[in-house]
Amino acid sequence: MIRIENLTKRFKKLQALGDINALFNKGQVISLIGPNGSGKTTLIKSILGMVKPDSGCIYVDTKPINGDPSYRSQIGYMPQIGHYPDNMKVGHLFNMMKNIRKVSDAALDTDLLVKFNLVSIFDKPMRTLSGGTRQKVSAALAFYFNPDILILDEPTAGLDPLSSEILKEKIIEEKKKNKLILITSHILSDLDELTTHVMYLQEGKMIFLKDIGTLRQETGQDRLGKAIARIMRDGKKDALWIDEVLAVKETGITD
Amino acid sequence: MLKLSRYVLYDIIRNKVIIAYSLFLFIVSFSLFQLEENDSKAILSLLNIVLIVVPLISMIFTTIHYYNSYEFIELMLAQPLSRSGILLSEYTGVALSLLSAFFFGVGVPVLLFAFDETGLALLFAGGALTLVFTSIAFLASVKARDKARGIGSALLLWFYFALIYDGLVLLILFSFSEYPMEKFTLLLSALNPIDLGRIFIMLKMDVSALMGYTGALYKDFFGSGTGIIFTVGIMLLWIVLPLWWALNAFKRKDL
Repeated sequence: MIRIENLTKRFKKLQALGDINALFNKGQVISLIGPNGSGKTTLIKSILGMVKPDSGCIYVDTKPINGDPSYRSQIGYMPQIGHYPDNMKVGHLFNMMKNIRKVSDAALDTDLLVKFNLVSIFDKPMRTLSGGTRQKVSAALAFYFNPDILILDEPTAGLDPLSSEILKEKIIEEKKKNKLILITSHILSDLDELTTHVMYLQEGKMIFLKDIGTLRQETGQDRLGKAIARIMRDGKKDALWIDEVLAVKETGITD
Repeated sequence: MLKLSRYVLYDIIRNKVIIAYSLFLFIVSFSLFQLEENDSKAILSLLNIVLIVVPLISMIFTTIHYYNSYEFIELMLAQPLSRSGILLSEYTGVALSLLSAFFFGVGVPVLLFAFDETGLALLFAGGALTLVFTSIAFLASVKARDKARGIGSALLLWFYFALIYDGLVLLILFSFSEYPMEKFTLLLSALNPIDLGRIFIMLKMDVSALMGYTGALYKDFFGSGTGIIFTVGIMLLWIVLPLWWALNAFKRKDL
């Protein structure tokens, strides 16, 4: 469904993405993991067309993404930090998106809107919302149009445990509908129950893209966090790796 | 695309700066017409204000608006919308609101007190300058990396066009006063939209005799049909070229 070929991107001195090749298919839940500044967000933004790659190509449904923006109508994107117009009211925001996407009311997925009880804050301006509430709005927007591809950048960061659980259930539900879901997260225990594949990035290079079964078999570990840690330790890729905590490596990229 | 412009307009109207701007212009023009006995003197004073204030406000307002709606632009980029569509609807929204503020603030008094060729020339020049400097400001803000640089370069450009340029022209004319410079000054005036606007109105006011030999030359050239077409054409170029450049830069930008 998404095919990435020889994708390269350089920000001044920093190699953000170096020759990435990957193929993501329907029904997969891909976890993008890697230290800070390893290029996860850059990869996601390249798929969305927000970052223009230096070379290489991305195909969504066999069509290359440069040029026609209509492919984005199949993508629901939840950004790491949601930026919204300050003066816009929450209800207004949802209305506007509906107008832009031209989706009929019947096709909308208002599940999260109801579960997060966002309807009650429809008349509040976006600037008055707390960080967590913003995240809820972002999540509800990403799922709102029932897209075939969901791209979630750190979806559970900043959410309270209850909301985080609701979101995870929703992701599992969507996974059952045979959608492609891309998640980045540093909380590997969150990914454990969701993911089918793991893509590991480090300093802009793809170290591996494996399905979770193989990964568990190879490492002999059941938990994703331990499995990843094991691989890293064996390969001595990065001494800073400690179980489920991803080490902070300052490479200077704004994530 | 027009749908987006509607949201941009809605956002601008709510922030009230534009209303203050149109009220300011209205009060100034109204009181000038009341104070001066002679309407054409009032137009002359108004011309000086228009030539300084309109470019300045258009530049500053546009740059600040661009940076304030950065979040909005980011949000729109993840939707199935083309980049040029997004930037053009931003431009349409800003330009429309600045134009209507100008036509309300200056247009209404002019139509009431001095509805003649000179008045209309003033309205045309003011409207064109609004569009020109909105384009230039879009170029400055798309090219600049951050807010401070963007607003700084917009201010510098305004200084250049409104103040420095005239000094430079004087300097050139003075140093080469022994040579025939008529054609050359004609060219120089085309390189500054504010100058172009000034000459355009001056010639309609019969004060061009005060401008000496060059004035006569201008009158000879600009007074004729070709002269008017030339002025309008150059103004159009000043609107289209910076905007086109800004669009190209925006298409290649990483966000």
